[in-house]
Amino acid sequence: MSSTTNPSTHHTSTIGAIGAPSRRNTELALLVFAVLIPVFAYANVGLAINDEVPAGLLSYGLGLGLLAGVGHLVVRRFAPYSDPLLLPLATLLNGLGLVAIWRLDQSELLQSIDQAGNAAPRQLIYTAMGIALFVAVLVFLKDHRVLQRYTYISMVGALFLLLLPLVPGLGKNIYGAKIWIQVGSFSIQPGEFAKIVLAIFFAGYLMVKRDALALASRRFMGLYLPRGRDLGPILVVWIVSILILVFETDLGTSLLFFGMFVIMLYVATERTSWIVFGMLMSAVGAVGVATFEPHIQQRVDAWLDPMREFALSRANQVGHSEQAMQALWAFGSGGTLGTGWGQGHSELIRFAANSDFILATFGEELGLAGLMALLLLYALIVERGVRTALAARDPFGKLLAIGLSGAFALQVFVVAGGVMGLIPLTGMTMPFLAYGGSSVIANWALIGILLRISDTARRPAPAAPANPDAEMTQVVRP
Amino acid sequence: MNKPLRRIAIFCGLLVLTLLIRDNWLQYVQADELKEDEHNRRVAIERYASPRGDIIVDGNAITGHATTEGDFKYKRTYKDGAMWAPVTGYVSQAYGATQIEAINDGILTGNDDRLFFRNTLDMITGKKREGGNVVTTLNGAAQKAAYDGLKKQGAKGAVVALEPSTGKILSMASYPSYDPTSIAGGDDAAGEAWTKLQKKNDPDDPMLNRALREVYPPGSTFKVVTAAAALENDLYGSADEKTDSPLPWTMPGTTTELPNEGDLPCKDATLREALRVSCNTVFGKVGSDLGNEKMLEEAKKFGFTEEQFVPVRSSASVFSEDMAPSEVAQSSIGQFNTAASPLQMAMVASAVANNGTLMKPYMVDELQAPNLDTIEKTDPEEMSKPLSADNAQILQSMMETVVEDGTGTNAQIDGVKVGGKTGTAQHGVDNSENPYAWFLSYAKGDDGGAPVAVAVVIEDENAGRDDISGGGLAAPIAKNVMEAVIDSKK
Repeated sequence: MSSTTNPSTHHTSTIGAIGAPSRRNTELALLVFAVLIPVFAYANVGLAINDEVPAGLLSYGLGLGLLAGVGHLVVRRFAPYSDPLLLPLATLLNGLGLVAIWRLDQSELLQSIDQAGNAAPRQLIYTAMGIALFVAVLVFLKDHRVLQRYTYISMVGALFLLLLPLVPGLGKNIYGAKIWIQVGSFSIQPGEFAKIVLAIFFAGYLMVKRDALALASRRFMGLYLPRGRDLGPILVVWIVSILILVFETDLGTSLLFFGMFVIMLYVATERTSWIVFGMLMSAVGAVGVATFEPHIQQRVDAWLDPMREFALSRANQVGHSEQAMQALWAFGSGGTLGTGWGQGHSELIRFAANSDFILATFGEELGLAGLMALLLLYALIVERGVRTALAARDPFGKLLAIGLSGAFALQVFVVAGGVMGLIPLTGMTMPFLAYGGSSVIANWALIGILLRISDTARRPAPAAPANPDAEMTQVVRP
Repeated sequence: MNKPLRRIAIFCGLLVLTLLIRDNWLQYVQADELKEDEHNRRVAIERYASPRGDIIVDGNAITGHATTEGDFKYKRTYKDGAMWAPVTGYVSQAYGATQIEAINDGILTGNDDRLFFRNTLDMITGKKREGGNVVTTLNGAAQKAAYDGLKKQGAKGAVVALEPSTGKILSMASYPSYDPTSIAGGDDAAGEAWTKLQKKNDPDDPMLNRALREVYPPGSTFKVVTAAAALENDLYGSADEKTDSPLPWTMPGTTTELPNEGDLPCKDATLREALRVSCNTVFGKVGSDLGNEKMLEEAKKFGFTEEQFVPVRSSASVFSEDMAPSEVAQSSIGQFNTAASPLQMAMVASAVANNGTLMKPYMVDELQAPNLDTIEKTDPEEMSKPLSADNAQILQSMMETVVEDGTGTNAQIDGVKVGGKTGTAQHGVDNSENPYAWFLSYAKGDDGGAPVAVAVVIEDENAGRDDISGGGLAAPIAKNVMEAVIDSKK
């Protein structure tokens, strides 16, 4: 442990071996908090609901601690210079999510409509699977640039994943959005995995084409217009996004993929015109589809007037849901400081209370203060991701890191904004917090890739070829 | 590539900032509005999360609470619910609240602003919120006498008893009634009970509070008001001076004679004699001689044409304006458009018994905090002075004659001076339906003050027309109520 920190503390100035601190001990210290905070929260829920410390406290704490510990050891061994904040942040969010899911498991109302009951143990298994994938990424992906080789395979893979929910018999329609597939007793959201695979494809593709896209353009009214043939890729992605919107009726996924592409395109080409084009195209696409797709229209109506939607739902109108209004009431009832763990009534949201709407539980029980802290945790993950992109030395790494963190930020915005009534509701879930295997597993893989990129970025350059003379004369040892 | 990366970083920062601003808007600016929205079930969950405070009669709670399934923890229960329903009203997890339960909901649930400081202290010390109590003015024995009396008759009816010197409501019964406990829950049983109680399913309309919310033609009991008007306007100076009353008497502007109930000695009868045998001709002519305006003025002084808030709202009693002289004559004997709630007629008896001063009727004596501290106490309040003390004493002697030697002998109580007036009101098209039997009375104590004034009305659809008279059906109930009050004072 101490050997890895030595170069920094002694600040040697050997040529070519500028020692960056590995920060692994910082990570370990943060991880202790990231495990302890959810354990206290867990005890708090038990005390509030059943007036006793929950029986599973020890095993839960040990389980989370073990997973975090494994993650930490693997990082220490396989990515020693990686960012120290990402693992603790993800662990904390994942742990708090488990607490909230367990808290909703205690609700008799949710049990009676089969929306909760044994979700927390399953989520713990998903977390274990997520950490396993995280470990696999760090162990087997020695260098992220290897992914560059799979650019076009990634494209095919991403399209395959995106189209899976449309396969008859496999796809599942849940509350109007067709973004799930059913395998045995598990529902999988392939979109969560497609997010990562697509980022790999975009990064690989744009790295190769960036010069052509950036330089071969005409200036028109202050904007650089790309050549027609360079417009091809963005048009293709746009059309795919529109198709997702039309066939899977999910605004969130569509927005996420298109947004991610525009961000990466902008970073690759440094042309602001792409942002303008991207926004225009998404606006045209969204408005165009919304005019003839009733499910999207209904989501928009529910967003504009949630109270009316509530009334329609109460009047037993088919296809209407009181969730949106119930979520707003949950936030409002939480107020500034919240009711405290286990003392709110977010179970009134009923369907998807522990997945899409889990943020409402945090809002009600932890209040404005707690929810802002939670949002800042997400902001920190994004910030660490962007920092990784800045620090990365290769364009592929930069693009992949910004693509993944940008998509993460967009997802947080789209989900949190939807639940808080800022934008229409979509069918996506809060990364790490929400109940759902695909989301947890895919996001742990995402953190793994970011750690790998940051490890490569911050790793000291290989030591200079052995030159005993130089070393003798230049090394200063206190 | 770092310049666009920094811009993307700023963009992501803006996304998070937008979320934070929205969160502040929701959970700070709009929080109270969302929290208190009537459709937000948390409001109801909170409301039923702790036992309600009690409604108190004679120092004992007439309410209680029971735990229920589901997210509403407690429901209301009532002791002798049917008897007390016109006083308490109901509070139901499914159907809201009425009467005292609704009006004093804040105190009973503990949410009243006046309990704020206490609640804040409780929150800090971790004590559970409790509801306060509502102490009523009612008299348990009088209420029981009234309700049992109505139940024994088995006919629709109502009783109101007041304490004339203060306006305290001592008894307020309505029959048929309902047990509010049956609809207090939010379950299917409560739903069925509720459906059964609705007027469309039960023609007897048991949830109607007849004591306050039904107005009946008061019939001959209204002659007390007419007599008061005659004395107050100096039409006649005493109870024993002969009146100018021809018999038969043809109503002015018509060729119709106003009939008496039988062959009564009404020609030029004194007011005392006219009241004793209940002469329509004498009081009809008094009314038409005084005119619409003066009759209305006197009726208003007794509380007619205004809704009363005790604090539960009562229906306004009716005495019309702009009537023809013949209509005024009929109105003055409690027919035509004249209509009064049982509370209104109890107020008439109460004002006469209290030497002409009408006290504002009320039934909530005190609001108590959960630790029984007084939060609010109702002080007796003078409402109006319908007649002078001298005239009131003249009217008292007339009403006492009615009970000693007239139509109201059934209300006599040994050793107690009782004044009263019977009434038998016609109603329906061409008076085809069964009349209402009325009796209003007061009892006097040894000190000259009157501890109780009562009004009783019975709608008897089964008895024959002739059997119905205020003296026969209603007076015995009034007597029992008065006795109950006098006994409880001993």
